[in-house]
Amino acid sequence: MNSTKDSKPKNAVSRRGFLGGMGIGTGAVGAGLLERDAQAAPAAANVVGPGPVPITLNINGKPVNLTVEPSVTLLDALRDRLDYTGAKKVCDRGVCGSCTVLLSGKSVYACNVLAIDAQGRNIETIEGLAVGNPISTAFVNHDAQQCGYCTPGFVMAAKGFLAEHPNPTLDDVKNGLGGNLCRCGTYMGVRQAVLEAAKSMKGAKNG
Amino acid sequence: MANTPDYSWPPMETRKIIGKPYKRVDGPQKASGRAKYTSDLKLKDMLYAAYLTCPHGHARVTSIDTSAAEKATGVKAVLVIAEAGKELQWEGQEVAAVAATTGEAASEAVRKIKVAYEVLPHFVNEADLSKAGSHGKAAGEKVTGDPEKAIQDAEAVSEGVYGIPVITHCCLEPHGCVIQWQGDQVMAWPSTQFVTGWAGVLAPNLKVPAANIKVKMDYIGGGFGSKFSPGAWAEVGALLSQKAGGKPVKIFLDRATELQIAGNRPSAFGKIKIAGNKDGTITAWQSETWATGGFGGGGQPPLPYVYTNIPNTRLNHVSVSVNAGPSQAWRAPNNQQASYLTCSAMEDFAAKVGVDPMVVFDKNAGYTPRAEQYRYQLQKAAELSEWKKLWKPRGSEKGAVRRGLGLGVNAWGGAGHACTARTTINPDGSVLLEMGTQDLGTGTRTIMTQVAAETLGLQMGQIKLVIGDNSLPPGGASGGSTTVGGSSSATRKSCINALTKLFEAVAPALGAQPEELEAVDGTVRVKGNPKKSLTWASACQKIGPGGKISEIGANEQRNPMGLNSGGAAGVQVADVSVDTETGLVKINRYVAVQDCGLIINPRLAESQVYGAIIMGISTALYEERIMDDLTGRMMNADMEFYKLAGIKDIGDIVVHLDIREVNDKRGVIGLGEPPAIGICAAVGNAVANAIGVRVPNIPITPMHVLNTLEGRKA
Repeated sequence: MNSTKDSKPKNAVSRRGFLGGMGIGTGAVGAGLLERDAQAAPAAANVVGPGPVPITLNINGKPVNLTVEPSVTLLDALRDRLDYTGAKKVCDRGVCGSCTVLLSGKSVYACNVLAIDAQGRNIETIEGLAVGNPISTAFVNHDAQQCGYCTPGFVMAAKGFLAEHPNPTLDDVKNGLGGNLCRCGTYMGVRQAVLEAAKSMKGAKNG
Repeated sequence: MANTPDYSWPPMETRKIIGKPYKRVDGPQKASGRAKYTSDLKLKDMLYAAYLTCPHGHARVTSIDTSAAEKATGVKAVLVIAEAGKELQWEGQEVAAVAATTGEAASEAVRKIKVAYEVLPHFVNEADLSKAGSHGKAAGEKVTGDPEKAIQDAEAVSEGVYGIPVITHCCLEPHGCVIQWQGDQVMAWPSTQFVTGWAGVLAPNLKVPAANIKVKMDYIGGGFGSKFSPGAWAEVGALLSQKAGGKPVKIFLDRATELQIAGNRPSAFGKIKIAGNKDGTITAWQSETWATGGFGGGGQPPLPYVYTNIPNTRLNHVSVSVNAGPSQAWRAPNNQQASYLTCSAMEDFAAKVGVDPMVVFDKNAGYTPRAEQYRYQLQKAAELSEWKKLWKPRGSEKGAVRRGLGLGVNAWGGAGHACTARTTINPDGSVLLEMGTQDLGTGTRTIMTQVAAETLGLQMGQIKLVIGDNSLPPGGASGGSTTVGGSSSATRKSCINALTKLFEAVAPALGAQPEELEAVDGTVRVKGNPKKSLTWASACQKIGPGGKISEIGANEQRNPMGLNSGGAAGVQVADVSVDTETGLVKINRYVAVQDCGLIINPRLAESQVYGAIIMGISTALYEERIMDDLTGRMMNADMEFYKLAGIKDIGDIVVHLDIREVNDKRGVIGLGEPPAIGICAAVGNAVANAIGVRVPNIPITPMHVLNTLEGRKA
């Protein structure tokens, strides 16, 4: 411990220093995303609300029209205004992953996205997958569910993960699915299910 | 009296479907997001409810004004729950509720309710008993033998202080229901562990006959003991529905309220002294414990746990009332606390006398009700965890990262509850199996289908199963690991009763007596003469057009007829590494040896054990309700700071189900709870073994580890 002890006094971590420390890993990626989002932000003339506004969401390849207040999250729009209830509302604060959907191919927490911001992007929910899709089937094969409330979120997170990691190791799965929580304790099955899904999806592609 | 049919389970070697690892029958529906949970329901004209809750640890409402909320957009009903003058005893207690056309409108209206409170003194932290004062209430002292003399005469005495905090159920689907009250009829879709009994509890509160309350539930998103009763929310939802002219109301707690008031497991703290001989034999036990389960105080864990027959004991307990939400049953109530306190104290005694704890737990097994079973399991657990190779005496590990092994034990009942199934066989050969039970995710649907298919000689797909409706034959409450024994026994009996009728209809066509027939491999045939047989479909035609066979079968708790029984034991070993610089605890491997009876589905049984251990690891390392002394509020009523273990945090888990013929003969025994009991104990002991000192408080966070290593009090 002595040899690695930081010479700086305690509580000396500055915001800049903290961000700098993060820079090599997640920080750089985060900054890039912020920049892209800033560019995509609507111009001032497009300010809408606070009353309901008509929007169009592209869900599972189909345009869906609805009218929502700009403060409504994508999750509440999917669940309450429409009838896509596979995504579940659990923590409602971007922690547990039960509401995971894919937005432009990337997994996101639908409770942390406003419905109006999801316009013009491809939204994939679990309803867009067939009942017997390879990922859900692998979850059934490995009994990677008990009450099943977190499972659709896990399946969508697995879909997003496998798109970027088609040949995952067990450690990759443990890291890649870390953004989803289960209360019944199905992680042992989830690990095996995601590995099996990776194999069977590759098989489907090759065949 | 007519002969009682033979209901006993078929012998192990002849089973075709029971004992096989079938995949759960509702798996594809759930894993594809198609399964509709109550919180997913969307009925015509349904309103959404939101609560206003108390922001103080203890307060009195001095005034409440809902006029602005009533005028707000979309609002259809406002209900005051706590009128002026009402004293509220915990943060999150319900003050008012609103039903509106959208969830957002309901939340917006709640913010327009003006409430003035007189803030009153609160007491929220029981860990330091000396501060409890009048909030503590002593239970009577219990003494066996002569503990003072035994302690005086002992060759060694160990002492320790241990604590396990309040944790919350944190069901992913919060507590709530959809409910509609029109005239004297109520239709309810709850999220409950007790479909059959739900209406009977709600009825007196609404002053509606229970017969007028229809209850339906397909799927439940977690309960763990906290979802037996309808809860106050069902009544509030019903009143809002009535006020809104009979429209259905969806009322579910938000996450913060869920963690504050919907259920928690009582804490337990204890100063424990164990005395004995240098060879590890225990001769005396003395404990002073205290606990809280909320404003109503907290019960006494059953001590000493499992080693119940330690000869000289003195037990004192103080129940502490705090200003916090009430406790609910939590997957093996009081057993986790008792196991933690007992196994920790035993491990400390083992360290004190310098004997391997595996030896101490074994040497004292005579104090347990099932010595042979525990001895067998200790040996098995030692083998699977490579105890002899990996275990070293406490404190002998050096270096920054230190490895340790620790033990925990469990015991549970798990006999089947009273319940009734109905089996209907139609002339077209189709089979309907019905029961007012529920599948919490334990696999009830699957095991009931397996039992019916096995008994009727059919395939899984030939059984249509309907559960989750209180108009069906009564199911029991899914608690105490009683569902599998009850529902499987009732299913078996109703199927055999139905078969008996079918055999009467078919016997003449086969030129045999009904009792000479059997149903095997999709046929009804004469026993020992497969040539005299009819296909299932042709046999069922003999029922005749327009007829059907419909028979019930009930599990009777007083006479389970060998179909189920209670009493399961288990031994578990945690293998951990502790980083003494950061205080982080990593689970390397976790071994569970679990006693069980007849296993209907080994895949699902194994899932129960995995789940229990993962939940236990979560409670051992991460979970704690943190209350603020200053404000009386829960500081982590969310899922960011109320931590649950994730997929990376649980190490590798090895499950050994003790499936042997000797255990199979005991019939079905519930498995949901026993393996969930001893995890804090095993992990805590492994950490003590690794770092050489006892970390007294669960969860074993880096803070607690570092405080202990540096000699600071928690």
